[in-house]
Amino acid sequence: MAENTILKGGAFILEPGNVEICFTPEDWSDEHRMIYKTTMDFVNNECMPHVEKIEAKNEEFARQLFATAGELGLLGTDVPEEYGGLGLDKMSTCVVTEAMGTAPSFAVSHGAHTGIGTLPIVYYGTKEQKEKYLPDLAMGTKIAAYCLTESGAGSDAVGGCRTKAVLSEDGKHYILNGEKIFITNGGWADTFIVFAKIDGTDFTAFIVERDFPGVSSGAEEKKLGIKGSSTTPVIFEDAQVPVENMLYERGKGHHIALNVLNIGRYKLGAATLGGIKGALGIATRYAKDRQQFGRSIAEFGMIREKLARIATQAYMAESVIYRTVGMIDASLEHVDRADPDYPAKASEAIREYAIECAMCKVFGSEVLDYTVDECVQIHGGYGYTAEYPAERYFRDARINRIFEGTNEVNRLLIPGETIKRAMSGKLPFMQAATNLLGEIMEYSPLMVELPDEPLALQEHMVGMCKKAVIFVAGVAAQKFMMGLAQEQEVLARMADMTIETFALESGLLRAKKAIAKLGEEKAALYIQFVEAYLDETIPKIETWAKQALAYIEEGDDLRTQLVGLRKLLKYQPINAIAVKQAIADMVVEKNGYPLG
Amino acid sequence: MNIVVCIKQVPDTETQIKIASDGKSIETDDIKWVMNPYDEFGVEEALVLQKEKGAEVTVVGAGPQRVTEALRTALAMGADKAVLIEDDDFYGADPITVAKVLAKAIEPLNPDIIFFGQRAVDDDSGVVGSAVAEFLDMPQLSVVTKVEVGDGTVQAHRPVEGATLVLESTLPCVITAQKGLNEPRYASLPGIMKAKKKPLEVISLADLGVERDDKLEIVALNPPPERAPGKQVEGETGQEIAINLVKLLREEAKVI
Repeated sequence: MAENTILKGGAFILEPGNVEICFTPEDWSDEHRMIYKTTMDFVNNECMPHVEKIEAKNEEFARQLFATAGELGLLGTDVPEEYGGLGLDKMSTCVVTEAMGTAPSFAVSHGAHTGIGTLPIVYYGTKEQKEKYLPDLAMGTKIAAYCLTESGAGSDAVGGCRTKAVLSEDGKHYILNGEKIFITNGGWADTFIVFAKIDGTDFTAFIVERDFPGVSSGAEEKKLGIKGSSTTPVIFEDAQVPVENMLYERGKGHHIALNVLNIGRYKLGAATLGGIKGALGIATRYAKDRQQFGRSIAEFGMIREKLARIATQAYMAESVIYRTVGMIDASLEHVDRADPDYPAKASEAIREYAIECAMCKVFGSEVLDYTVDECVQIHGGYGYTAEYPAERYFRDARINRIFEGTNEVNRLLIPGETIKRAMSGKLPFMQAATNLLGEIMEYSPLMVELPDEPLALQEHMVGMCKKAVIFVAGVAAQKFMMGLAQEQEVLARMADMTIETFALESGLLRAKKAIAKLGEEKAALYIQFVEAYLDETIPKIETWAKQALAYIEEGDDLRTQLVGLRKLLKYQPINAIAVKQAIADMVVEKNGYPLG
Repeated sequence: MNIVVCIKQVPDTETQIKIASDGKSIETDDIKWVMNPYDEFGVEEALVLQKEKGAEVTVVGAGPQRVTEALRTALAMGADKAVLIEDDDFYGADPITVAKVLAKAIEPLNPDIIFFGQRAVDDDSGVVGSAVAEFLDMPQLSVVTKVEVGDGTVQAHRPVEGATLVLESTLPCVITAQKGLNEPRYASLPGIMKAKKKPLEVISLADLGVERDDKLEIVALNPPPERAPGKQVEGETGQEIAINLVKLLREEAKVI
């Protein structure tokens, strides 16, 4: 991997993809592979046999799981060594998170603890705060939670925050009053990262211990899924928080809240991958076992196509997530760890990839929902009963489209952040849009000559998808100017086009890397994944683009633009059914995700 | 005290095995490889002694480069160093040849105890441990579920039909581990990171001065026969079904 080449966040849409700097799961080091195995062993031996105990929300057992995970180092990948952790790269954290993603409910408890519960202290804590809290969190002897959401502060977390902090008369404590809701680990946690407004105005974070006077948690929520995780309100009634427990600076809580969410999002993407592969595994094994009409249902075309689609989407999700983490790790290598300002600079480096992080979250959680839905379907009536794990997978998956920023908020962020960067000149987007308008007039798909090599057509189409995104964004920006931020339906379509293009390109670059390494024959599955996914996705991208244009323009202008769009996205379908049949063969043979 | 644990890398028990076109070996291209589960018991027992007796634990494996992964796993669990006898063509070798090679590599390590798994889950031959004991002229305590090391001696338990055989031997000796000996630990993340810096020596058959002279050859590998599909017993009433069942058991299955 060419370490010194760093891709700017959001720039992929403007530049040709670079195989050299695209990180893939095939680039995992031996250590990454061993970390994955240890985490899977933990899940399979310590969690899976005890699903019932976990689902019953047994606190004692949860603490035991945390302690075992802590001993194995599964809580400390992001915690620096001097504070009892391992200080590994983000890739290692993602490897742990993916494997842990298969653990019923504990995946969420673990994710909240190691991510939003611990990272604010890692990145923004003072030396004293880190010394005091991090070793216990890394060892799992204490459990962490993150208190941002309130009844009136969901997606609008900062604006809607009503929890107040007031300095006590003796100046030794902040007195907190307010109620946070939907707090993961709320009933179990020993330390809470709490956001409150000092004097009702300055949004600020605090480290709050359960034992501080005035801190309590409310009743457990009765949830649709992830029933084995604790979710409660956390209540502050004249809670006394020592002044030294203020985290980072007064009025700068939003830095923490937003940056930690960026990390939370790519991590969530990794966690959904675990769920996707887990559900595909049980769906495949069930399909092979289940006999109807004298045959295993895994022999039937419609079941096989479902398995092939899930595997294809899993490949894309995997490609998106590990590519993003690779970008982040490459960028973090340029931040000096010895710099006293390292944490702030590191979280700034991660923030650069806010767009990619949001895409990991949206794409991963939606592939997961598709997967668990079809997993139930493949199980038929049995899938609807609690006797089979498909039902639990189905319920547990649903939260992923809601927490760490709803998928709607994350969708808005993708074009929103792109436009912001275009306006400030960080991304030469406007230039690209202007150039493209001229280019389209001259362009004819008849002139395109593709090289005779695998995936040449797909590579060409990925380039065209990028142009389609720029085209629609350019037209929309020209029409609505500053008002574009209010046109959510248009923004949503721009976001979807961007996400799918990123997925396609990530899968393509990974396949090209595999071809270079293994040769065309052995990389056949990679090639098939890209062919199958592109064939299903081009029509979607074209539809979103058409819908957006039809809303923005009318009459002759619209007609001209639609002609331009049709030229860009001209694509003759391949025999995608045959490709998916080949993929299904591999899924059935390997009892699930065939690259796992 | 020096302890050696011999490790074989075998296909993951969940891997679907395909027989290669030669009809006498398996296709190794697409396989996930793991440490032989019985060898894990040996590693764990060695690590217990490492802590109790301050023993130095060396893990030894033979085969192609990929065997490094199994050795690294043992290092991550806590072993001190590793030796790989690298040979691309070693998988499936005659167990006596394997034992000769291992004995040659182990001898200079001056071991007090050599652990093996009681057998490998791929070929189930269960010969290598005994043969190494023979080549090194050491006593052998095979298929044991408990080990207690005293002063220059070792006691071990072997389960036999409904009873336990208690064996005692002087050191050095060879011990082969049976399921139940212990619960192997996980390779922890700190262990994995430390393993990166631990010594892993790679030697060749030529370095050991051994030439392959296999006497045993696998001539054929047959997949298990496909299970015949089940049969539903027909009938309108319970009585009728019972009659038909008895009929089938008598006439088709011929068991009554």
